[in-house]
Amino acid sequence: MRNLRFPRLLAYAVAFYAVLQLLAVTGVFNGYIMHIVNQSLIYVILVVSLNLINGISGQFSLGHMGFAAVGAYVSGTLTTIIWKLAPDNPAAIVLFIAAVIVGGAAAALVGVLIGFPSLRLKGDYLAIVTLGFGEIIRTMLNNIDYVGGPRGLLGIPKFSNFTVIFIAAFLTIVVVRNLVQSSHGRAMLSIRENELAAELVGVNSTKYKVLAFAIGAFFAGIAGALLAHLIQIAHPTQYGFMGSVLVLIMVYAGGVGSITGSVIAAFGLTFLSEGLRIVIDSLAAATGLPIGGEWRMVVYALLLIFIMLFRTEGLMGNKELKIMVIEERKA
Amino acid sequence: MMGSIFNVQQVINGLQTGSIYALIALGYTMVYGIVRLINFAHGDFFMIGAYASYGSFFLFNSLLGAKGGTLAFIVLIFSVLAGGAVAAVTNRFAYRPLRYKPKLSSLITAIGVSMFIEYFFSAFPPIGPSYKAFPEILPKMQIAIGSATISNYTLIDIGVAAVLMIGLTVLVKWTPLGKAMRAVSQDKDAAKLMGIDVERVISWTFIIGGAFAGVAGLLNGMTYPRIFPYMGIQPGLKAFIAAVLGGIGNIPGAVIGAYIMGLAETFASAYNSLLGEGIAFAILILVLLVRPRGILGEKTADKI
Repeated sequence: MRNLRFPRLLAYAVAFYAVLQLLAVTGVFNGYIMHIVNQSLIYVILVVSLNLINGISGQFSLGHMGFAAVGAYVSGTLTTIIWKLAPDNPAAIVLFIAAVIVGGAAAALVGVLIGFPSLRLKGDYLAIVTLGFGEIIRTMLNNIDYVGGPRGLLGIPKFSNFTVIFIAAFLTIVVVRNLVQSSHGRAMLSIRENELAAELVGVNSTKYKVLAFAIGAFFAGIAGALLAHLIQIAHPTQYGFMGSVLVLIMVYAGGVGSITGSVIAAFGLTFLSEGLRIVIDSLAAATGLPIGGEWRMVVYALLLIFIMLFRTEGLMGNKELKIMVIEERKA
Repeated sequence: MMGSIFNVQQVINGLQTGSIYALIALGYTMVYGIVRLINFAHGDFFMIGAYASYGSFFLFNSLLGAKGGTLAFIVLIFSVLAGGAVAAVTNRFAYRPLRYKPKLSSLITAIGVSMFIEYFFSAFPPIGPSYKAFPEILPKMQIAIGSATISNYTLIDIGVAAVLMIGLTVLVKWTPLGKAMRAVSQDKDAAKLMGIDVERVISWTFIIGGAFAGVAGLLNGMTYPRIFPYMGIQPGLKAFIAAVLGGIGNIPGAVIGAYIMGLAETFASAYNSLLGEGIAFAILILVLLVRPRGILGEKTADKI
């Protein structure tokens, strides 16, 4: 008989889920903290998927939130229409999951479109093109009246909850992890290290670059869809350049190429950001000085600069915790 | 319809926008030519130039009572100093430590610097995130030329940009510093072996680029009298695209690219505002797909 061991990552995930759910049910974590947990999990999806494009395949992308916007708007429009036609539909959750997947697929399609310029462009040029694509998507959303234009897409039904987001984040991690440790992932890593050398040993760099963009965009679309159904609105400003930069900061803070690092950074920085908000608000209240929320972004900017100057490789470098490594089966 | 779009008035407006883009684009292209870095914070040097001229206007006008041409000259000097100083400091503390690290770490640092400047300005109470009305530094006049009426500000924008561009050409072509700049942009190591202080040349490149951006900030503030901490993002991005269009690293290319951008944008906005917003990126994607090295850029081969 084959030696089937319970996969370690799944075991940890189930334990983590159980602990958080217990804390939520018993009221130790109130709704506000659980909201931040949900946001952190959505950031986990965004950061891990951007890490696949930037860190693992080495294709510098600055438009990740553009993909998320596609997912958010496509799925949000779908569920809003369905919800209007058939309110309190018993199959609502199934329709919601279908809409999220359609949103992800639409984002993946856009990802393939953006993947193609990456065949000809490298480094900073690619960064600018992806930035441009992100801005084009944002400008378009701002001008399409059907999805609310500058008002944003309002009245999206609230379908996202902790369980759904947790499962999505877990699946993202598993898919990206398994991909990286497969021959496809090794091919992507080889393109990052030296594209010419990779091609010389027979790696089809075209295929893997587009694949990385497609998969990364798919999960970003899922994250956008989940976010839209969590906060019940999709707004063009959420998906601008700054949003993409925040995800990028998390990738670099965690460590380029490290999935463990991405997960830690997504949680750490989302909570740090909320913590800073509280600190700044109480400072403003205590001193009576007009200390605005922009200081939070000043701290973020300095964090990014200091990471680059003093720890370019990020928290984890390109190392993984042991639970992220696929176990070898004993025959 | 087409007649109303392509008239003298629009051409002049396009040249005016193009002049401001050209001053910003020169900074991008010079820095890229010498250190191969897209200086994301360059648009913010432009913003700082606008704020420096705003501040110095009130300082010298209200407190010291300077007026007219003298005042305009003082404000110009302050915009130059502010742009140049911020560029020098940014280069020294954010980019220089990363000079021999992978290129992408400098790029990300540049994004960080840009974010820091923008948010610091909007968080800092005396400046704040809100719009400020830019004062009228010189009396505004309308001049009729044929069927078009243009403001003297338009002539100032185009004229100042032209003078500075001629000055830069002279500097790069005929001075020792210019010669050193060209040498460093060709081969940093060889330049070092020839006794050129490479870091000094890089510093001066940043200072000149920053000063140009500062002047552009002043001209932009005079022409569109509204300033705010995020005002550098859009012009910065468009000027960068202009530099890519002309061939990044190439000084005449940046100027040509900037004027093409200015004209294209003016015509496109006259036709449709959405098109005006998006045309810059459309040009960028087209250039990168069809001719990534830009109009005047030289073809480079990957070294194995």
